[in-house]
Amino acid sequence: MEVLGHYNYWIVIFLMMAGLYTVISRGNLVKKIAGLNIFQTSVFIMFISFGYVRGGAAPILEEGVTIYSNPLPHVLILTAIVVGVATTALGLALVVRIREAYGTVEEDEIHVQDEDF
Amino acid sequence: MDQLPALLVVIPLLAAPLAAALPNTRLPWLLAVAVSWTVLGIAIAVLAEVLGTGPISYTMGGWDPPFGIELRVDALNALIALIVTIIGAVVVPFAGPSASSELGSRGIALFYCLFLLVYTGLLGITVTGDIFNMFVFLEISSLSSYALIALGRDRRALTASYQYLIMGTIGATFFLIGVGLLYSLTGTLNIADLASRLPAVAGTRTAQTAFAFLVAGIGLKLALFPVHLWLPNAYTYAPSAVSAFIAATATKVAVYVMLRVLYTVFGAGYSFGTMPLTPILIALSLVGIVVTSLMALNQNDAKRLLAYSSVAQIGYMVVGLAFATTAGLTAAITHVFNHALMKGALFCALGAVAYRIGSTRIRELEGIGRAMPWTMSAFALGGLSLIGVPGTAGFVSKWYLILAALEQGWWWLAGVVLATSLIAVMYIWRVVEAAWFRPLPAHRAEVREAPLGLLVPVWVLAAANVWFGIDTRFSAGIAARAAESLLGAAP
Repeated sequence: MEVLGHYNYWIVIFLMMAGLYTVISRGNLVKKIAGLNIFQTSVFIMFISFGYVRGGAAPILEEGVTIYSNPLPHVLILTAIVVGVATTALGLALVVRIREAYGTVEEDEIHVQDEDF
Repeated sequence: MDQLPALLVVIPLLAAPLAAALPNTRLPWLLAVAVSWTVLGIAIAVLAEVLGTGPISYTMGGWDPPFGIELRVDALNALIALIVTIIGAVVVPFAGPSASSELGSRGIALFYCLFLLVYTGLLGITVTGDIFNMFVFLEISSLSSYALIALGRDRRALTASYQYLIMGTIGATFFLIGVGLLYSLTGTLNIADLASRLPAVAGTRTAQTAFAFLVAGIGLKLALFPVHLWLPNAYTYAPSAVSAFIAATATKVAVYVMLRVLYTVFGAGYSFGTMPLTPILIALSLVGIVVTSLMALNQNDAKRLLAYSSVAQIGYMVVGLAFATTAGLTAAITHVFNHALMKGALFCALGAVAYRIGSTRIRELEGIGRAMPWTMSAFALGGLSLIGVPGTAGFVSKWYLILAALEQGWWWLAGVVLATSLIAVMYIWRVVEAAWFRPLPAHRAEVREAPLGLLVPVWVLAAANVWFGIDTRFSAGIAARAAESLLGAAP
């Protein structure tokens, strides 16, 4: 059945919504970054799902294999993963500095401190 | 000669780690100045070549498009690259004294490394002809700007940078989703190739979804109302030179990306005919212009005021973009050029003030016009350009925008543009009034004029506002050419 056959896309949608919801609703700065990661991961899964060719093998040259999955999305996702890693690293470094400056990593406590300024 | 587009990206990219390796003296600054002036020369050469012979193309690594990454420069890119390099060539010398005073000497080498990385990213976005490459450079410039913004003195720079990081990453990921959907439809990432293959599949829901994600993602990057929320904090708390550079370039390059996606990839017929983008963009940007201009009136910090004003000015650009006529596009592209000059001059002037008195709050600026006449005169000149007084660059772009609106018969839109220009008078007046019409407090009696190293860049930008307000052959002429090529008339 079509719905079950497209299970990766259902997972993509679920992860995307879960990630975005975490970013928006959680007040803890570290949890927001975790949510961002989940959101980005869903996009990676989506790209790789696009690259799958029915009956295709992994895109590594091998004797006797004629159909390969599309390797280009894999390459794109490697780049996007690196971008995601850099973003996470930068975000967490900022959280460390915010912790040093404010004493907390909870968004509402930071707002309270900023309003008193 | 044909490697010039690649050099635009490669030279800052190679200079960035070199700047990080240098000791924390004036050397990283001098390297950055040398790079920014070299890159300015290259951008001028590229523009001259494009205006003479038409769009130029460079294939990375010799792999032909659409399989390889192609750098493709036409009139629009060349103009945007020129404006980024002009601002860089002026702001990097400005950053020497300004950043040294705001950051201390500890992180100076890394500051210039980040600056050069932002430069790489912005120029990369501008010259590339491959849409995934655009995403990569978008993230390069964004990540470096998050780090640069976090270097501000105030601890709120950290939360501003964090908020910008979260929102910017969501925007860039939406852009990535759009790119992925387009790839799944057409099998190519090259912009020119996408443009030729999309009309066949444009009726599918995938294309519509890709369109929506791309517009949403780019809208976040260019601070379209209501996803502009990251901008005021980011511009206010960043170091002065960073505010000046990013305010004048980052959102303009995002406007360029929007133009490329809407006009080149999807085509004006699809973007504004099939998809109801014109009413959406015009409604959002008009509300944004009015709301942010009014919020600018209420601010106590001059930089924050200019940040809200930036969102309003970007609203004008998006309105011009949404018309899908030659006049509207000319207005939008001219305003990209002029606004970079205006905001560059205004933020640099405030940076010079911050260098002397350490703050940009309007209450602290009282009487400063008498102690720093040259700096505040440059601010006033930039302010006049922002308002759109005839004789300055801002007048030219607002003139074209109103012409475009009247051409469509939308008198009410022209009225909104004029009314918000009056609001601009009010908020510029707040700063001017504090600077000249209040007495200089006793504890500011020792304040002298800004040093020449800061004053010269400020006045170069302020004078450029007047120059390009009187001689518009360059800015409006090239903008008109770019507009026609976007709408498909001539290359």
